[in-house]
Amino acid sequence: MNQSARETLNYNAPDENGRFGPYGGAFVPEILIPELRAVQAAFEESWTDSEFRNEYLNLLRTYVGRPTALTFAERLSNELGRGKIFLKREDLCHTGAHKINNTIGQILLACKMGKTRIIAETGAGQHGVATATVAAKFGLQCIVYMGAEDMERQALNVARMQLLGAEVRAATSGSQTLKDATNEAIRDWVSNPTDTFYIIGSVVGPHPYPMMVRTFHSIIGEEVQDQLINIADIETPDVLVACVGGGSNAIGLFYPFINSPEVQMYGIEAAGEGLDGRHAATLTRGTVGVLHGAMSYLLQDHDGQITLAHSVSAGLDYPGVGPEHSWLKDLGRVTYLTETDESALRGVSLLSKTEGIIPALETAHAIAALEKIVANVEHDSIIVVNCSGRGDKDMQTILNHT
Amino acid sequence: MSSRLSIRLRSLHSKGEKAMGIFLTSGFPHPDVTNLLLDAVDQGEADFIELGMPHSDPLAEGLPIQRSSTRALKAGATMESTLDAVIQFRKQSETPLLLMGYINPIYRFGIENFCAQASSAGVDGLIIPDLPPQEAPLLREHARNHNLDMVFLVAPNTPTERMNEIDLLSSGFVYCVSITGLTGTGLEGKVEQINTYLKRANEAILQNPLLVGFGIQTREDAARLSKHTNGFIVGSAVVNKIEHLWAQGNLSLPQRCQYLTHFVRSLKLTVNPK
Repeated sequence: MNQSARETLNYNAPDENGRFGPYGGAFVPEILIPELRAVQAAFEESWTDSEFRNEYLNLLRTYVGRPTALTFAERLSNELGRGKIFLKREDLCHTGAHKINNTIGQILLACKMGKTRIIAETGAGQHGVATATVAAKFGLQCIVYMGAEDMERQALNVARMQLLGAEVRAATSGSQTLKDATNEAIRDWVSNPTDTFYIIGSVVGPHPYPMMVRTFHSIIGEEVQDQLINIADIETPDVLVACVGGGSNAIGLFYPFINSPEVQMYGIEAAGEGLDGRHAATLTRGTVGVLHGAMSYLLQDHDGQITLAHSVSAGLDYPGVGPEHSWLKDLGRVTYLTETDESALRGVSLLSKTEGIIPALETAHAIAALEKIVANVEHDSIIVVNCSGRGDKDMQTILNHT
Repeated sequence: MSSRLSIRLRSLHSKGEKAMGIFLTSGFPHPDVTNLLLDAVDQGEADFIELGMPHSDPLAEGLPIQRSSTRALKAGATMESTLDAVIQFRKQSETPLLLMGYINPIYRFGIENFCAQASSAGVDGLIIPDLPPQEAPLLREHARNHNLDMVFLVAPNTPTERMNEIDLLSSGFVYCVSITGLTGTGLEGKVEQINTYLKRANEAILQNPLLVGFGIQTREDAARLSKHTNGFIVGSAVVNKIEHLWAQGNLSLPQRCQYLTHFVRSLKLTVNPK
């Protein structure tokens, strides 16, 4: 057994400083240090408190609609010719994507901490919608920062957030996408630390966010464990597949299996127009640096300036990635592959026509990668793909590309 | 060994004067004029200069410094051009100069290499607003090895105990962020509250001089916030002034520099406010 495989068996990241190996940490202005410590203390206290846990789980059941189904994709499996493919149906969550698992958890924390104002960043708008939704449910003021370009690409989600009572503020700096929306949200938090809770939408940002968001999404993998025992009488799948932008849906699926070395894991990044053109393949092509409060792989130039990412999918259009994914890549525990815009669009069509499920463009990257992945598995291998979101929000983009 | 910065601050303190630090974004509005602007600020009797290393994603900055950073990068500013400007500046001035910027470009440059080159260029210290002390051990070590002061920041919501810790880890001075906010945020109606915090900071920070910054736009602002500190820093207002001067097409380059010198001098507290 090699060194990295041995370490994976006792995987126990992050450490008390929020480090996943060399990655993570909290590279933020001093103003946020007391706030991050308060969030961490509230999270650690709450997560060991059965009353809090029950409230969280009860909301996931009665409001989000969990457990989500594990669907055997028979026609897709036949089409691909190898492997038995199961879809973890996060697209069936209330609001249409996995994001709400995390926003439910974080808004409960915000209430517990007595915060009255919620801020969030959003790329595709799914996290923004999921945040606006829980803010409405709990009656808190909500401001969502969104790149001006993304507001155009995801106009439907902007309208949804507004209908839910949130104020959507356009981030007009830089690339006008998720990176800039995140900058604006952090600046808002720096300016309003006492009354505001920042609900970060992925396993990114300063400690304790990557750990906390992972915890709130681990329900995805935990349900898969139970469902595989019930459906197929097996304890672990052979292969897990999920798309990776910041990486929250992937971590949610992977984490409960991380110490089971027999489970192969694939994270699929967005190759955009191709790896030699504009892309968002942070782990595949990036270098190590600090963005949005954490050390991780990122897309940057020779001078350490952040470069613009590109993906047809707004949710993957991000030049950073969760620090834990950087560590899992270095450990060799997860294999990261890429798919282009074009193949993601084919992935949308493939899943729609074989299974009657229109996936989000983000999810479609994972679907598109299956062809490569099944080539290396046994005929009866169990493959679980995280169907992280539904594609309704992307209809305009899809139509523009056909 | 006492640094050029410490010596300057101590000498001002012994004369009962408040130190004035002036911030400029390197490469703004263009890398070709950075040295002219440094000279103009020096002529305006800045006690020390903070030269900002522009970054694409400056988290703690309000709009003026965000805009100036974007413009500097578009005009071709790099870490090399910033270090070159310091080398040129040092040929004619002994005014202490600190580099202020974000950790990623430094990390990319190589922390040890950066400290070595900054030091040999004539830089006296570093201020890195997204590098709290607990993430800074490596940079501190190399900064110390190359005789660079390492200035950490405290804010109104920093617990007193943490102020003590930050004081022990800092050298040169401790930077008191005036408000919980971004650079360039207005101070209206907050002066009393800020002074209560600065008084607390002054009692907690004993090893280092204390300088206040963020939101100081005029001499009056500076006077009002310097009661409990050894001085003040002006950034966004200077950057705004430069933007304004460069937007006026009828001004020659020497005129622009002259106006900047006047502006900087107008901020100076020549008489110690009682």
